[in-house]
Amino acid sequence: MRAAESVTTSSSPDAAFALRWNRKDLLGLRELSAEEINFILDTADAFKQVGTREIKKVPALRGKTLVNFFIEPSTRTRTSFELAAFRLSADVINISASTSSLTKGETLKDTARNLEALHADILVLRHSFAGAPQFLAQRLEASVINAGDGAHEHPTQALLDLYTIREKRGKIAGLHVAIIGDILFSRVARSNIFGLLKLGARVTLVGPSTLVPREFEKLGVEVSYKIDNVLPSADVVNLLRIQHERQRKEYFPGIGEYTRFFGLTKERAKFLKPDCLIMHPGPINRGVEIDSGIADGLQSVILDQVTNGLAVRMAVLYLCGGIST
Amino acid sequence: MKQTKQNSSTAVPIMDAEAIRRALQRIAHEIIERNPQLEKVVLAGIPTRGVEIARRIAGFIHQIEKIDLDTGVIDVAMHRDDVGTRRELPVVRASKLPVPLEGRTVIIVDDVLYTGRTVRAAMDAVNSFGRPARIQFATLIDRGHRELPIRADYVGKNLPTSMNEKVQVHIGGAGQPDSVGLIKPKTSE
Repeated sequence: MRAAESVTTSSSPDAAFALRWNRKDLLGLRELSAEEINFILDTADAFKQVGTREIKKVPALRGKTLVNFFIEPSTRTRTSFELAAFRLSADVINISASTSSLTKGETLKDTARNLEALHADILVLRHSFAGAPQFLAQRLEASVINAGDGAHEHPTQALLDLYTIREKRGKIAGLHVAIIGDILFSRVARSNIFGLLKLGARVTLVGPSTLVPREFEKLGVEVSYKIDNVLPSADVVNLLRIQHERQRKEYFPGIGEYTRFFGLTKERAKFLKPDCLIMHPGPINRGVEIDSGIADGLQSVILDQVTNGLAVRMAVLYLCGGIST
Repeated sequence: MKQTKQNSSTAVPIMDAEAIRRALQRIAHEIIERNPQLEKVVLAGIPTRGVEIARRIAGFIHQIEKIDLDTGVIDVAMHRDDVGTRRELPVVRASKLPVPLEGRTVIIVDDVLYTGRTVRAAMDAVNSFGRPARIQFATLIDRGHRELPIRADYVGKNLPTSMNEKVQVHIGGAGQPDSVGLIKPKTSE
């Protein structure tokens, strides 16, 4: 049930049904059109409103079963998907690497097929290998949602970033977005680059040359190794976490060095435009990539990102899991 | 379940703009008559045409009583009972209601009452915002064929139909006059 042509734009405002979406899976932003991305963001608008109601739960996915299948540890993404599923009245099972049979030698495919034999409708997958969600999506009837695969894509994080920018600035096209930090290992950066470029933003990647290879310019972004040249013209700065757990020593000399050259310090923040948004996918390392006070400051939308993540994930689960295949 | 596909060439005219105007004006009078505490009333339209109809009714009530009613939007897509059984998903839109609803009368407004499933979903949606004192329902057209024990409190026009006919409502469309038409099934089918 793969969707080849997934966009048929409906000019009639009366169209009561979504002709603009017929994908069962969300694997990445690379394969989505600008119309599809905007449609997810519009749908998220409707679901964000649900969070303000007295009863924050709708029956849209009643009777559906969602499996949170997290081979890599994650608390915030898993919790966000779990809460999104609860708010849509779906039933949720959480499976992490340590509790799965993968540790007993079962293959990923066999584990997934077992889940499907239990009539799971939606599989939310976090995996350390790039392409794992696509592998399963092609083999399962269930919807597969990529919750981060290796250094490849993390589409729902990018969608919530796009949603937050659109909500705060009213548009995305024409804005200058600086993505700062460990780009090489970051699936968040990749998904953001695809999404931002499709929606017409200008993107500059900033970081140590070991973590921001010039290769990225081929995607249509600019690359800079001097944060101070980029900050004054940025409308959005998206700071990525320095991933201690992935970093090997050779990429940069040390954390203090990183902060000195690429951290958003109090002094650097003075060069930002007054309406520049400061974003971070979390968890933040206070005092490393961002000054503690700046992270809590007026320009920071870090907690809005968390709130919006819930709405965006509700939209994605509704769109992918709600269609009958 | 609105049956309103664009196919105006074969539609039998049922109401013109003037007939629709008079019907909505009469509904406004009936709402005033039935609700002595008029200021407690909230008009909640179901997108997209119900929102426009609610706006017009509020306009007539303002003309008659010089009271501006609260209006809102109640989206039913995420409360429908048929999600997952159809190939296409209903488009969800943000709902907007004045809160708190406690002690208020919510009048749900739609263009066509048919099976009653949309109204049931709308009542669920309203209840998720709080507990209004009462819920009433106004529709421009009641075409029959209910599948649930639901009736309208205010009806613009009762229109007996067969289930293979379609009711087409145009209201508030740019450059297009308001109208209600009945589309008969093609004889070749």
